[in-house]
Amino acid sequence: MVEVTLWGSLAATAGGNSKVEIEAKDIRELFRKLAEQYPGLEPWIDKGIAVAIDGTIYRDTWSKKLPQGAEIFLLPRLAGG
Amino acid sequence: MNFDPRFSGRKFTSVGTRPIRPDGIDKVTGRARYGADFNMAGQLVGRVLRSPHAHARIVKIDTSKAEKLAGVKAVITAADLPDLTDGDAAMYDVLDNCMARTKALYDGHAVAAVAAIDARTARQALKLIEIEYELLPHVTDVDEAAKHTAPLINDAIFTEGLEEKPVKPSNVTKRSQFGHGDVHQGFGQADFIVERSFKTEQTHQGYIEPHACVANFSSDGTADLWVCTQGHFVYRQHCAQLLGMEASKLRVTSSEIGGGFGGKTHVWAEPVALALSRKAGRPVKLVMTRDEVFRASGPTSATSIDVKIGARKDGTITAAEATLRYSCGPYAGSWAEIGAMTAFACYKLDNVKTVGYEVLVNRPKTAAYRAPSAPMAAFAVESAVDELAKKIGMDPVDFRIKNAAQEGTRSSYGPVYGPIGIGPTLEAVKSHPHMKAPLGKNQGRGMACGFWFNFGGQTCTDLNIGMDGSVSLAVGTVDVGGSRASLSLVAAEELGIDYSQVKAIVADTSSLGYNDMTDGSRGTFSSSMATISAARNAIKILRERAAQMWDIAVDDVVWEKGHAIARGEKHGNLGKLSLKEIAVESGKTGGPIAGHSELVADGAGVSFATHICDIEVDPDTGATRVIRYTVVQDAGKAVHPTYVEGQYQGGAAQGIGWALNEEYIYGKDGRLQNAGFLDYRIPVCSDLPMIDTQILEIPNPNHPYGVRGVGETSIVPPLAAIANAVSNAAGVRMTHIPMSPPRILAAIEAEREWSK
Repeated sequence: MVEVTLWGSLAATAGGNSKVEIEAKDIRELFRKLAEQYPGLEPWIDKGIAVAIDGTIYRDTWSKKLPQGAEIFLLPRLAGG
Repeated sequence: MNFDPRFSGRKFTSVGTRPIRPDGIDKVTGRARYGADFNMAGQLVGRVLRSPHAHARIVKIDTSKAEKLAGVKAVITAADLPDLTDGDAAMYDVLDNCMARTKALYDGHAVAAVAAIDARTARQALKLIEIEYELLPHVTDVDEAAKHTAPLINDAIFTEGLEEKPVKPSNVTKRSQFGHGDVHQGFGQADFIVERSFKTEQTHQGYIEPHACVANFSSDGTADLWVCTQGHFVYRQHCAQLLGMEASKLRVTSSEIGGGFGGKTHVWAEPVALALSRKAGRPVKLVMTRDEVFRASGPTSATSIDVKIGARKDGTITAAEATLRYSCGPYAGSWAEIGAMTAFACYKLDNVKTVGYEVLVNRPKTAAYRAPSAPMAAFAVESAVDELAKKIGMDPVDFRIKNAAQEGTRSSYGPVYGPIGIGPTLEAVKSHPHMKAPLGKNQGRGMACGFWFNFGGQTCTDLNIGMDGSVSLAVGTVDVGGSRASLSLVAAEELGIDYSQVKAIVADTSSLGYNDMTDGSRGTFSSSMATISAARNAIKILRERAAQMWDIAVDDVVWEKGHAIARGEKHGNLGKLSLKEIAVESGKTGGPIAGHSELVADGAGVSFATHICDIEVDPDTGATRVIRYTVVQDAGKAVHPTYVEGQYQGGAAQGIGWALNEEYIYGKDGRLQNAGFLDYRIPVCSDLPMIDTQILEIPNPNHPYGVRGVGETSIVPPLAAIANAVSNAAGVRMTHIPMSPPRILAAIEAEREWSK
């Protein structure tokens, strides 16, 4: 079980929850279970969400493991120049 | 990804040296081929007809007269680019921006295009296209557009991100919020509070090379596109989707690039050129004029930002809050969201809240511009931080050091930081001789910090070893700042050979797997990771071949300093085999030797910079002169220090132009008044001092060599550093960018009036 923090706007689509607990071993499972438990998040996940694991931002790595006790933070997927 | 990206702390031989770039001679002798330098037999000239109106319904387009003109081979409108976006709203916006469908949404919006045998005929044909417009009320100012009374640009847009779904449409497309703690409580603990509003005008990236491409659609349904871009794989995806093609049937080759800075991450002319070529059955070259680049490519946002920061007498910030409004052009974007994330990222804050509003205006569609959105937020925040330090009576550097984020700090945008470089850049600035240099009359010094995320992304690289022992490195990230040199250094380092033995190229989209764009400061970070991985795969094969040549077990062969070495007493008589000696025999030991890598380079590592600027202000005219400028930035590891310094200097130079001169000026009719470099003045050499740099190297733990991106962060602090310098020199707080002479003079005169 990992605790996942959602950024402000995303929390509104997850029933106002800024922190949710999810049983997930990697980013792939995290996204799947988030979409199952909070259907409002699915369009955001489809558009692209970044996952910060202990401060390091991952954008495309579904297989990235979510260590127990790690800080998991969802962030908007940003554009760069 | 079968590759360990963790920092290894190795000692370097090639990395960190400063050889000449492989593309240098071609560029200084004019042989390098940019977007407009490619030509094909039978090529037509493409030209685009653009709306002269800021906001208008397209009632009717009659192209019949243009089509009849001798020499015209194709005329297209939106009807020739049908909507194939299948509900993808972002791609629909791209399509509509390439060619207006029902409404022209800004001065310069494309409404039709022609392909003709020469430029003169094409221009004549444009004049023969008859368009009936129904003019609509327009709005170009970000604050005006956000009002309930503003003309609506898209009545299907309802503000996202509000607690309750609004019942009325709005030009505000989205609200986003970040932060933690309780700002009201935090402000209650403050002894001093600074609260101010700031504005920044819209600017363009100002790349010297206009957008240019040649499209060639074949009758078999395949096509080629030669184009100046920051991301030819992304252009392939977008063009293929918009034209209803399979991606593999469109081959995109990137040219040399005369600047991009985020502005060449987006398609405008390319789908149009392909559609013209498809209709004409001939190659079409489409090159934007400078006027078109300003009016119809993708400048950055204009902004309006409110900042409030409170601190105790001892200099501890107790709360920080910002509301940021960013213009997006006429299509939804996430530019204020990025500003809201980056605004306070340099600081350790218990109570912080930022709210961003994305605002539609009748201006060109906003595109990324080097650390997009961060410079404007930093301008507002760092100006207020400077003012607060003064109010408390603290040195502005010491105030920032006291409040700087560090490893373990919860960032203002959410996650907790790992090892970061804001503290070291501030300490380096504090002890830099620049900070102690005397200032003359009417001169002021300012400093400011900046933050940028940096990205990685999908990356694919091929490394081929020729039979003469030379190495070809094919990468898929466009070289915008010297990355072919830095990636050659990385290949040389990993293989243990000389830099001169490696030749790096940017491969086309049919020759290599998909690569994300060169954006987010990812070029060297990502492709160096893939190059290291590819080189290690090649070394594995080199060891196998050496084992064959010696007829020993491969496990007994190690790779050291460019040579295979047989390990173990029983192989004591065997000498070393160089890469070249192994390559020469490759035809007999199993064929070509190559290493390939495909990976997602994540963990780019955030980046910080602190800048110092000295400015002289003429109090009678408001004219300014930059006297001295210093950039201090963390590079993780500078692979090629000269090009890292170049990125630092380039960001500062662009920032100086943005801060002091550059702005889009719209008339009351909603038309752009200064679409050219005479009236939109970017800095030239004579405007700038030599920009000093100091590279800090705090290794990124998520890269084998510790590399971080360096391309973007350097444009984040300049607006604020220069504003602080001008404010100190002029004796009045500057709150509106650009600080052009009339604006400075007006501020000085207003201050004089107020002081009377």
